Amino acid sequence: MGGGGGAVRRGGKERGSGGAGERGSERRFAIRHSPFSIPHSPSFSSFTHLLIYSLPLLFLLLFYFYPLASILSLSFTPGGHLSLEALGKLFRTPYYLQTLWFTVWQAALSTVLTVGLALPGAYVFARYDFPGKSLVQALTTVPFVLPTIVVALAFTALLGPRGLANLALMRLLGLDRPPLDLQYTLAIILLAHVFYNYTLVLRIVGTYWANLDPQLEEAARMLGAGRWRAFREVTLPLLSPAIGAAALLVFIFCFTSFGVILVLGGPRFATLEVEIYRQTIQYLDLPLAAALSVVQILFTFALMAVYARLQARVARPLELRPRQVTQRRPRRPRERLAVGANAGLMLVLLVAPLVALVARSLTLSETGGALAFYRQLFENPRGSAFYVAPVEAVRNSLGFALATVALSLTLGLLAAAVLLRPAPARAPSLPSLPSLPSLPSLRPLLDPLFMLPLGTSAVTLGLGYIVALDRPPLNLRTSPLLVILAHTLVALPFVVRSVLPALRSINPRLREAAALLGASPWRVWREVDLPIVARAVLVGAVFAFTVSMGEFGATSLIARPERPTMPIAIYRFLGRPGVANYGQALAMSTLLMLVCTLGFLAIERFRVGEVGEF
Amino acid sequence: MRRMVVLVVVGLVVLGGCGPGPAPAPTEAPTPTAPPAPRTVRLMTHDSFDVSEEVLAAFEAQHNAKVEVLQAGDAGVVLNQAILSADNPLADVLYGVDNTLLSRALKAGILEPYASPLLDEIPDALELDPQQRALPVDYGDVCLNYDKGWFAGHDLPPPANLEDLVKPEYRSLTVVENPATSSPGLAFLLATVGHFSETGATTYLDYWADLRKNDVLVVDGWEDAYYGQFTYGSGGEGDRPIVVSYASSPPAEVYFAERPLEEAPTAAVVSDGSCFRQIEFVGILKGGQNRDLTEAWVDFMLDQAFQEDIPLHMFMFPANQDAALPDAFARFALVPAHPAEVDYTAIETHREAWIEAWAGVVVR
Repeated sequence: MGGGGGAVRRGGKERGSGGAGERGSERRFAIRHSPFSIPHSPSFSSFTHLLIYSLPLLFLLLFYFYPLASILSLSFTPGGHLSLEALGKLFRTPYYLQTLWFTVWQAALSTVLTVGLALPGAYVFARYDFPGKSLVQALTTVPFVLPTIVVALAFTALLGPRGLANLALMRLLGLDRPPLDLQYTLAIILLAHVFYNYTLVLRIVGTYWANLDPQLEEAARMLGAGRWRAFREVTLPLLSPAIGAAALLVFIFCFTSFGVILVLGGPRFATLEVEIYRQTIQYLDLPLAAALSVVQILFTFALMAVYARLQARVARPLELRPRQVTQRRPRRPRERLAVGANAGLMLVLLVAPLVALVARSLTLSETGGALAFYRQLFENPRGSAFYVAPVEAVRNSLGFALATVALSLTLGLLAAAVLLRPAPARAPSLPSLPSLPSLPSLRPLLDPLFMLPLGTSAVTLGLGYIVALDRPPLNLRTSPLLVILAHTLVALPFVVRSVLPALRSINPRLREAAALLGASPWRVWREVDLPIVARAVLVGAVFAFTVSMGEFGATSLIARPERPTMPIAIYRFLGRPGVANYGQALAMSTLLMLVCTLGFLAIERFRVGEVGEF
Repeated sequence: MRRMVVLVVVGLVVLGGCGPGPAPAPTEAPTPTAPPAPRTVRLMTHDSFDVSEEVLAAFEAQHNAKVEVLQAGDAGVVLNQAILSADNPLADVLYGVDNTLLSRALKAGILEPYASPLLDEIPDALELDPQQRALPVDYGDVCLNYDKGWFAGHDLPPPANLEDLVKPEYRSLTVVENPATSSPGLAFLLATVGHFSETGATTYLDYWADLRKNDVLVVDGWEDAYYGQFTYGSGGEGDRPIVVSYASSPPAEVYFAERPLEEAPTAAVVSDGSCFRQIEFVGILKGGQNRDLTEAWVDFMLDQAFQEDIPLHMFMFPANQDAALPDAFARFALVPAHPAEVDYTAIETHREAWIEAWAGVVVR
């Protein structure tokens, strides 16, 4: 038992319960639950703790702040002198201010729509068990990994002037012109944002909701509250940490939206991210691109800071219930209707475009039969040195994804543990942490820091890697490791946001009771925290896996010698004319969807030891 | 869990301690007895770079070398990376800078002159840099393509030139790429700049205003234009039978067709002044290693074997006049005799102004 662990056990015995006390014990939770307390001398232990807990920060420092600072300082010093002219230009030009404004409101609108549409789905998934549930849940996450251009092709197949929807409506209503004209409109941008992000709300909120005690709401109903009032005044406040976390992720994703805006929105729409890309790639105007990046990052930071503050206020320990208690088969007609309507919405909104893609990949060939393009994936008729065998692409993608999951879960759980412990307001009697003595005062700033990579332009950061990581010991510019690092940077916020609400919801008294009864910190962690957090960790794992499988922006910007991933193979096919290329791009997309669906199902099947399902 | 942490710690240490350093460069003369270790030539290029295994292997065997290809996005990204890493170059050779980016590359001073003997086999018209820092490897013409079947079925003659597109009978038929985000899009804008010029009775902006009135569709990139909106490329889901693509797209359609075709299903409009010629260059990066090997690679890229490999791998035309064209190209590719002319130095100075003016007329 290390110094940290022992301290916790003592603390647990000394302290009573109560508001301040609860906070105090939560503060030590990270240590108490820590499986890292290696039996050794106190000094070794404190050093280990310092090291372990600072790993996530070190990671951010090396692979985020350092490259970012390098490229920004280079961009702002053209010709060797500091010049903030670009920032001035930014705020003088109405176009950029309009772009900022559009970026903000389209993201806000997309978030409201996504949360509004997905919340009923999360409810149904939290409270009911029905056949095919895990498959539907897996399918709702598939959109997240699809390259935008593939989604655009699927939307055209469904909603374009000659798409299925228009053809059906024309036949049904006897029209001679397609009634739906969604291409290159704001509507299709919003639709695509819902399509991509629905799963975030479904999984994060649904998982949290599943462990809420239904009796709370039932008690309110018994006391005379209507269905809506009970939801609004009892359930909604309890859910707010999870909803907030999901909404925040959706917002940042839409705030930095790039592919959707460019490909589906067309040239009339631009977000900051789109403008950064244009300035960098087409105008080669690094100072202006850097200025736009800074605005984007500052906005994300401010938003996150506000969020973190609100979260700390609303988060509270809960009496959680295992799923077996909270979930059941829908029985009454009204319940079946709710389940059916939400599953139907998911199928139409999220699964129909996927089906359209698969169907197209099977029917496009006129002569070769349904699997013609799948067979062609395995051929290299031109003897190209850059031919990617499908097996190889799948292996590369899976390899990067699994490494990303491992790295981001490790760092993410550590980061969550660091973020969990609130500032030591009053708890002088408690043996304080031997490590990170100065951290508490910084903690309000830490949470936003972990989110920043999501709000940072991939173009900017990609160039930062080129500039910063170019000399030993960090000569990583052309290393495949860089892909994993970049993916982890994006996946980390998902893990933190998935896990933190669950960790905060654990009633510290549970841990205290366990410790009081003589459980070792390791056992407390395993039997109290782990069962409750395991689900959330799996959600984080799913997202880390998803982020890595689908990531294209950063991967494509990293100078890589080999190891193309599946999205990169898809883009290669789509870069050339000819039906064989189109067909193989569709076949590879189908393969990507298949691999991801299987991956999600596998992750969800994963159980930690003999821990009961929660 | 603990094991995972240990793994990560070890990973970070390994990562910090011994990241793959620069390519091995045994410069000292090899002893005559032991076979020398292969040297590496590092090639930095865009995602469209491709070559057949056989051709690449021939070079590697002949020079006892390994070619390391670094691909990082499109040509603009790659050039940016090359400029930013000038002090400590990522590679020894840069391939894929075209005439729309050439001026920027030359101004940045990242390339070294190299008077390859193979330049004798390349037409002077393609050699834009008199100091021979950028050597032409291939070229391709960005032209309007049309769906032959669609026009045959609609009893309308296919477009013969740029002017046709603004006629009422061609209303709502054309899809183009955004010059602010797409390289063929920029090339087509340059074709209109070269053809209509900036002054006179009908300027290029007047032309674009007319195109807009005629319901031209502007999309972000080539993929969406060709596979999403173009009637032929999308397999009937798109409704635009005219698209901005390459003069090499029709032979590619034949080459990648499911069954042998007697005729290309699409065609390029190659009348005078309606296309823009992209020329792609190779150059030796300052501060690279193994100058002799790098020169050998540049020569190799300009020599027959590589040049004849270009059409079916990159769908561009070889710069070397002696390179024979593959059957699909010889039979189905049209090469415009007189593409629109825009000086490459003018592209650098005016790019932003032209695109902004274009956006003002077409988008906003």
